[in-house]
Amino acid sequence: MEREKEKKGRKGERGWEGDVAGEERERKRDRERERESRLISFKVFSKNPRNQPPPKIKGMARSLWFLAFLLSLSVFTCKAAVFQPISDRHRSAALDLFVPVDGSFGSLEETYEALRTFQILGIDKVADINPATCPLVVETLASQSSKAKDIFHALRVNSILRCSIDTGAFEGAGSKLQSVLKDASSLLDFYYSIGSLVLIKDQSSESNVFLEDADGIFHSIKSLSQSDGRWRYSSNGAESSTYAAGIALEALSGVVSLASSGVDQSMIGIVKNDIMKLFDSLEGYDDGALFFDEKLVDASEHQGPLSTTSSVVRGVTAFAAVTSGRLNIPGDKILGMAYFFLGIGVPGNTKDLFNQIESLACLENNKISIPLILSLPATVLSLTSKDQLKVKVNTVLGLDAPPLTVELVQAFKSGSKDTHAFQGQELKFDPESSIHSLDLLSQSIDVGKYTLAFEVLLHDPEHKNIYTSGGRTLANIFVTGVVTIDGAEISVLDSDVGSVETKKKLDLSGESTVSLSANHLQKLRITFDLATPLGYAFVPHQVFLKLRHESKVEHIFVSGNSGKQFEIILDFLGLVEKFYYLSGIYDIQLTVGDAVMENSFLQDLGHVELDLPERPEKATRPPSPPVDPYSRFGPKQEISHIFRAPEKLPPKELSLCFLALTLLPFVGFLIGLIYLRVNLKNFPTSALPAAFAILFQAGIAAVLLLYVLFWLKLDLFTTLKTLGFLGTFLLFVGHRTLSYLASISAKVKSA
Amino acid sequence: MAKSSSSSTAKDAQALIQSLRSAYSATPTNLKIIDLYVMFAIFTGLIQVVYMALVGSFPFNSFLSGVLSCIGTAVLAVCLRIQVNKENKEFKDLPPERAFADFVLCNLVLHLVIMNFLG
Repeated sequence: MEREKEKKGRKGERGWEGDVAGEERERKRDRERERESRLISFKVFSKNPRNQPPPKIKGMARSLWFLAFLLSLSVFTCKAAVFQPISDRHRSAALDLFVPVDGSFGSLEETYEALRTFQILGIDKVADINPATCPLVVETLASQSSKAKDIFHALRVNSILRCSIDTGAFEGAGSKLQSVLKDASSLLDFYYSIGSLVLIKDQSSESNVFLEDADGIFHSIKSLSQSDGRWRYSSNGAESSTYAAGIALEALSGVVSLASSGVDQSMIGIVKNDIMKLFDSLEGYDDGALFFDEKLVDASEHQGPLSTTSSVVRGVTAFAAVTSGRLNIPGDKILGMAYFFLGIGVPGNTKDLFNQIESLACLENNKISIPLILSLPATVLSLTSKDQLKVKVNTVLGLDAPPLTVELVQAFKSGSKDTHAFQGQELKFDPESSIHSLDLLSQSIDVGKYTLAFEVLLHDPEHKNIYTSGGRTLANIFVTGVVTIDGAEISVLDSDVGSVETKKKLDLSGESTVSLSANHLQKLRITFDLATPLGYAFVPHQVFLKLRHESKVEHIFVSGNSGKQFEIILDFLGLVEKFYYLSGIYDIQLTVGDAVMENSFLQDLGHVELDLPERPEKATRPPSPPVDPYSRFGPKQEISHIFRAPEKLPPKELSLCFLALTLLPFVGFLIGLIYLRVNLKNFPTSALPAAFAILFQAGIAAVLLLYVLFWLKLDLFTTLKTLGFLGTFLLFVGHRTLSYLASISAKVKSA
Repeated sequence: MAKSSSSSTAKDAQALIQSLRSAYSATPTNLKIIDLYVMFAIFTGLIQVVYMALVGSFPFNSFLSGVLSCIGTAVLAVCLRIQVNKENKEFKDLPPERAFADFVLCNLVLHLVIMNFLG
């Protein structure tokens, strides 16, 4: 648990890049653990093919034990870590991550990152990129409007692509950069213009680039530095940053290489002093990885640990390359930074991959000290197949190391703190495979988990100044072997006197099926001995006994051991309640497993028929059998929808017939009107009242039409709104018409 | 006896209808129009009821609105007839134009509801 907490804490503290590194490392450990556990289960099943389905973690108890087992493993695995140098995994990751679209990688900066990564990893992609990118480079160099930053990136791309650029373009860019440099005040201006000038000097044989006022520029860059070795981006109040320090050192190294006459050595001495101070701010993980982290948090250009460390490595190695004399940085710190970059594993994005690979390339050829990485191709060694302990020593990019000897200086067996006898030995070197090996079998080594400490001794004393291997390197290995099982017995005892009722021998290596019977007054005892290949008592991580009733109710018991002998005693009297008073046949299954035990097994021993008392009323019922987790994700039962049966409708003819019938009374009405000799003589004849009368009739027709529309498609609100207008109109017109009619009838009456 | 009685009943009936017709012919034409209209509405309603009896009441709301429209119209027409009839002293002061305006308004409101209910 402590370990878990610590992990969480560490994760929280790191930035996002730190998380990448940390997570990758966790993943590595997880993989290791997974492999270990897989090893066990594989062995178990290869032994007992007919036995059981793969051990799904069925009971809570079992999963808890499994967890405890994993935790105990993690405690061992985390202490020492062996970092692997750059391998083909990085090459395939680079090809996956840097994918050109139509022969280019987007911006020139991204193109450079891709090309540089490919160059370091030895992947030839130049021909594919050339046609699309070279015109862009030429255009950027020739353009008047390009900034120093663009020119810098274009020149960097050109340093790999080698496009055909005429001298004029270089000279034009060079004079422009010189003028930028004269007015430069911020660190980035210095960095880009000086960096570009250095690149022009490298790329153009004819142009003669140098700085006249090298000392002055050196001073103005140096004036941005802080007392703790970090730099500011500009003089006006910017906060100091470690990332900027890397940039500044790179710019300073450019100034030194461009200076027409040498730069003041005392100034270089001061900068070297600054570098030493900067290295005091290195932070570290407990596996030996060291890195720089940015202290300021609020800056918009905040950089994570990976890019910060990468920047510093670039700056320091560039500075060390152009100045005479050694930079007095301890090899351990360089190695720690190499561990940091390697510990990330394979990053998931292009920027991280570029930073990692380029920094490692800088470390690979630096003038301070070149880190050598000791790694173990295999950390699980089998005594049965007589594996040898193999160690490789490479540079960070996976190249061969100079002649050296690897010595195994210490070996601890986990659990016991005594040093083991096979320490203090030199490993044999095989020049063909460049692997250092040690025959373990001749060392009388027992199964278990070991922590080994190696030391690298360089043959050539000159090399001691060039290379660093960082003193002792710790590595964890598992030595596996076959554990012998003896004296396996199963017996039923009488509880009160302890006399043996039945006793049967068990053959745990092969098949054995016993059938026993017992009642609740008796005990069941299983005993066996485990011994390592060297004959010592062996305590595996897992020893479980499982009883399974016919009704799939399972009970798991953990065994205790007394010295050499393992003994499991089940007193049925005390277990009656736990067994839910279920009488009947119980299958017995024994599990013995350990990471270093090659013959771990999970075996059915047979069955015992238990005769338990009747279940009292109050006793708890046995739990319902667990639901098969696979069925939960299987297809769901199909839902059949029940719809309302459609109403029976009459035949269409009948309906149409009745439609005609409903019209009949209307026809009758019209005939009746004719019969009554109805006429329209009362209809107003003078113009205005007639118009009002017609409008009145039209209004009623309009309202009725609106009703029909309402029935067919309109909603209530639209209808009511329209009806409001129509109604007002109708009211007005109707009033006029009817009052006119009333006045006429009144006149008729009075006349 | 029976024969004579039946013939006398027929005669009575004939006489009754005759007197009814002569009395009705004295009714003003506008009232006759309203009567005709009421008959039209009632018969339309009856045909719908017969249709419902034949094929069932689905969709019930349409049937209801159809029949109620007819009944409503008939009732309103009867109301109009009462108000327009000059022999009804009760509505003597009410001009027939006013009664017609009421009739139109009520019909419009009634049919708005009917249309809403028709579905």
